[in-house]
Amino acid sequence: MKKLIVCGLMMLALVSTGKVTAADKALQIEGSTTVGPIADAFTESFNKTYPDIKITVTKNGSGNGAAALIDKRCDIAMMSRFMKLEEFTSAVDKGVMPVAHTIAMDGICVIVHPSNPVTELSVQQIHDIYIGKIKNWKELGGPNMPVVVVSRDTSSGTYETFDHFVMKKVKMDESVEYVSSNPQVHSRVKTTLGAIGYVGIGFLDAEVKGLKVNGIMPSKETVANGTYPLSRPLFLFTNGYPELGSLSYTFCTFYLSEKGQEIIEAKGFVPVTHY
Amino acid sequence: MNEAKINQVALPAADVLKHQPLVLNYSQGLGRCLGLYLGQSILFLITCTSVLSVFLIFFFIIKEALPFLREFSPAEFFTNTGWYPQAEKPQFGALALIVGSIYVTVTAMIFAVPAGIFAAVFLSDVVSFKVQSVVKPVIELLAAIPSVAYGFFAVMVLAPWMQHRLGFTTGVNALNAAIILSVMSLPTIISVSQDAISAVGRELRESSYALGATRMETIFKVIIPAAHSGIIAAIILGMMRAVGETMVVWMASGNASRIPHPWWDLSLSIRTMTATIAGDMGETAKGSEHYRALFAIGLLLLVITLCLNLLSEYFLSRTAKKTGALK
Repeated sequence: MKKLIVCGLMMLALVSTGKVTAADKALQIEGSTTVGPIADAFTESFNKTYPDIKITVTKNGSGNGAAALIDKRCDIAMMSRFMKLEEFTSAVDKGVMPVAHTIAMDGICVIVHPSNPVTELSVQQIHDIYIGKIKNWKELGGPNMPVVVVSRDTSSGTYETFDHFVMKKVKMDESVEYVSSNPQVHSRVKTTLGAIGYVGIGFLDAEVKGLKVNGIMPSKETVANGTYPLSRPLFLFTNGYPELGSLSYTFCTFYLSEKGQEIIEAKGFVPVTHY
Repeated sequence: MNEAKINQVALPAADVLKHQPLVLNYSQGLGRCLGLYLGQSILFLITCTSVLSVFLIFFFIIKEALPFLREFSPAEFFTNTGWYPQAEKPQFGALALIVGSIYVTVTAMIFAVPAGIFAAVFLSDVVSFKVQSVVKPVIELLAAIPSVAYGFFAVMVLAPWMQHRLGFTTGVNALNAAIILSVMSLPTIISVSQDAISAVGRELRESSYALGATRMETIFKVIIPAAHSGIIAAIILGMMRAVGETMVVWMASGNASRIPHPWWDLSLSIRTMTATIAGDMGETAKGSEHYRALFAIGLLLLVITLCLNLLSEYFLSRTAKKTGALK
């Protein structure tokens, strides 16, 4: 037991000293859970090229990422939305100048059960479903079947984007069911005949049916060129433009490299490029 | 007169007996003395820690919840059904959540109470001791299954079954949550009410049989009425289990914050207080209004379970007085 404690203490000492000496080679990244997987994969790829650097990725939501950047608790903030005006104001007050790097695009796909004959909805119709005005698929040219409306929890970034594009700040109906992650929306829709939900484009597969929105099919191409109405950019924010050649700079521009684009595509997002 | 005399004689003896273990006597040996002292201090420390932590939890929740209740009208908190914490003009109406909690709990009790009482009677009065000694631990094993496993069962087995066989539009609903909650509260109900039933004196049973009553009559007209306060306590303890359960209702109830309409439609999804706290707490900013609103719900839950607990204590002490046994 005593030996164990001593060992533990020694390890702790080692870790803490390691951190201090590698301070210039360390990167603290914090923020959106959506951007998180990309940052994780970037980090992994970085660690292969530069084994002695230490990158920490903390996934705790866009809002927390912004707060951490403003308080200078992190070097890079991951955000699935642009900074709000209040965040900018408080950043400037504290002498932080946020600079946005658009590393990828994400589309929000409206999905239904594969057996549902409905293939296309307008943003207005989706809006009406979520405020409870349309309650049956019959009204949309589908079978006589009540609509089961599934949404993400109100605190998620995906919810915020959906709220912005579709709900336009109108409250959802009280009958809307809430689940806490993209895979959960996917599995609810997969197993429920009358369900409708929305997920990031990376979660679209053959088990659910993605709907055309305003006549445009969600795909990498339509998201990348901005014709799909429910698409949003994903950002990394830094305090000022990172010094050329620095670790932050390399990380924030990694999305431009071929490897970076491969990673973004593998994670189910859309690289900022021409198709 | 006689009684007083006995008391007079008996009292000092009982007094000495009661205090004897506490008297430290060096003739017992230093080691034993030290051991006793150490044991007592450890017990004292543990007791203090648990009491202190209960008070700290209370204090912390009240401290976080009070500013919300001061800023925000409690009337709206209790009467509004709109739970829109992230809207531009946030609404914190908890009525739908309170109703949701009560709704699943009551429904669960409708399933669990008859089943639990019958099982308790069956175990204590019908089957042999051998069967009882096998079945009771098995029932108590139900309490040891982690609630997330129950939730998994609800989502993966019960929900699809409800959709395909019963034709419900959604499988995660009030009925699903209530069924699982009833199974989860069964061990509590069965073991507490069985204790109450077993505590009913042998003479009551025998007099009933002697009067020519059948076993059924004895059970329903003598034993259950005699044990009723213990059984009520069992039901209340089962309710506490159901009200406080979080993981299962979060996974199985669908989390739609509304009051079911029509009210008897169990196939609608609802949302409980516990699920709201669990679902929202993860991503709310600390110190925000939403965060405090969640603590207000937590405070409400604490008050509800405290009341239920006091009620069950009351009923249990009544059984103890009546039968002179139990507890």
